[in-house]
Amino acid sequence: MNGKTFLALLARDAHVARRNFLPLLLQTLLQPMLLVFVLGRVLTGSGMMPAAYKSMLLPGIIALSMLLAGIQAVAMPLIAEFQFTREIEDRLLAPIEIEWVAVEKVLSGMIQALLAGLVVLPAAWLLLGKGVALQFDHPFTFLGVTLLVALLSSAVGLTLGCSIGQTQIGLMFSLVLAPMIFFGCTYYPWSALASFPILKRAVLANPVVYASEGLRAALVPRLPHLPEVAIFAALAAFDLFFLLFGLHRFRRKSVT
Amino acid sequence: MAIGVRTEELRKIYTAPPPAASAGRGMAVPFRSRRRDGAPKFEVLALDGLSLDVRPGELFGLLGPNGAGKSTTVGVLTTRIRPTAGRAWIGEHDVWRTGVAVKRLIGVVPQRPNLDFSLTAREILLFHGAYFGIPASVRTARAGELLERFQLADRADQLPLGFSGGMQQRLSIARAMMHDPHVLFLDEPSAGLDPQTRLLLWEIVREYHRRGRTILLTTHNMEEADALCERVAIVDHGKLIALGSPGDLKRSVPGGFVIRLQVQPRPPALLRQLERLTGVTEARPVGENILDLYADRGGALIPEVINIALLERVAIHDVHISEPSLENLFLHHTGRSLRD
Repeated sequence: MNGKTFLALLARDAHVARRNFLPLLLQTLLQPMLLVFVLGRVLTGSGMMPAAYKSMLLPGIIALSMLLAGIQAVAMPLIAEFQFTREIEDRLLAPIEIEWVAVEKVLSGMIQALLAGLVVLPAAWLLLGKGVALQFDHPFTFLGVTLLVALLSSAVGLTLGCSIGQTQIGLMFSLVLAPMIFFGCTYYPWSALASFPILKRAVLANPVVYASEGLRAALVPRLPHLPEVAIFAALAAFDLFFLLFGLHRFRRKSVT
Repeated sequence: MAIGVRTEELRKIYTAPPPAASAGRGMAVPFRSRRRDGAPKFEVLALDGLSLDVRPGELFGLLGPNGAGKSTTVGVLTTRIRPTAGRAWIGEHDVWRTGVAVKRLIGVVPQRPNLDFSLTAREILLFHGAYFGIPASVRTARAGELLERFQLADRADQLPLGFSGGMQQRLSIARAMMHDPHVLFLDEPSAGLDPQTRLLLWEIVREYHRRGRTILLTTHNMEEADALCERVAIVDHGKLIALGSPGDLKRSVPGGFVIRLQVQPRPPALLRQLERLTGVTEARPVGENILDLYADRGGALIPEVINIALLERVAIHDVHISEPSLENLFLHHTGRSLRD
């Protein structure tokens, strides 16, 4: 590993992200804010949902925003740069093992996912208005879960970015990401699936479940959620799997 | 200290279509073999035991038609393509085992510009310098010089997406020189350049070479190989066909001149008669109605050729004379023109 090169790669990604700051911010904020408004304000305001739903919703929205931010920050540039222009080539020719080029992408995606969480949390809280009761008395759980969720998002981004062609981006959103999000316990707790026993077991294969439930365990521990041990173990396992699989795909993709 | 480049019995078989940009536009013709289950399998033999030895500080050319394996050779030497068999070295460093050390020594100009389109021209050079650990003040100064040298200074702070092909190519070359590599690889550097930019490029390549750097360039342009290279390796179908200085190679073509005749009909007696002419070293049938005369004279032979044709009652439809050139050498060895 070559520290100088690694930092220069990171600086390059930071530079590009800074240049696209405004569109990135809008992209990060718009969808969660719409969801928060419709589910958290309209439905609760009209009495179709109890006000307590707001506290249930917020951790799920943060998980969702972080996942989308990390996946997009890593997968989209990779898909573009591995296309016929081979823009990534100058970084593959930098004096560093190519695996570190991928690790740098993952780290930069993690940072963007954490920033997305940091922006969406207060924004959604404000938009939800009265009745949100978050607890910050589990700071280490919160820190641990957010770091693992950030890594999950960028590792999934690496895997998708090295597995999907430019023409399949639409499919990636509709066939991969949409089911993962809707069956990821983002808008409801896992326990709410009690009346769908098969589904309840099946969704356990979805890493997003542990991200949403993990943030619930950290921010609203009084509400029902999966056991913390299971959450940490599953997130760590999924992180490792997607990181290793993504690195493998990256290697395959970058050397002919 | 100058550094050489060596390959030993390099073989490369692609089992999937290579990405267009890295393998070059001209891909070898795929041949299909059958898998055990009978399904056709994609296979392209790009390199077939290619051994090269580029001396330290040499300006070396790889010449061949599209699909000859030139870009694959460059890809293997620059760590981007894994050879199926054989080995390659940059100086003392094995390209496969010590990739990072090799990447430090080389600069690569790809066939098609693969610029980082998220950055401006200046930033491309600055970040490239940063990847190689060049201190900030040095890389700022060097980027400025290169932008000036490559006539890009007035567009330095724009994104290269809007640049013309020639400008992108110039920026690619500037980027490859940014970290002052010991060995510079140029893959078809002048393809798509206008004559003026091509001359600028040649000047820059010669100047870089004068500083004692090793340069390996690929081209399918005879003129370029002739004008620039100290030694040229002619490759076709992934094999080495001929190797030497452009002058030696041209002299090795029997006669030097090639007179291509299109005739109707082509009786065997015609060939025999033509071969007996003074100055003709070989008369070789090519197509059904075409024959090539290798000779030490060009136009001066034509009246005698026409006399023989009249005697043999053969009509000559076309005559083409080419002077001693690498093109003729390629034709002599492969029976095909480089432009075919």
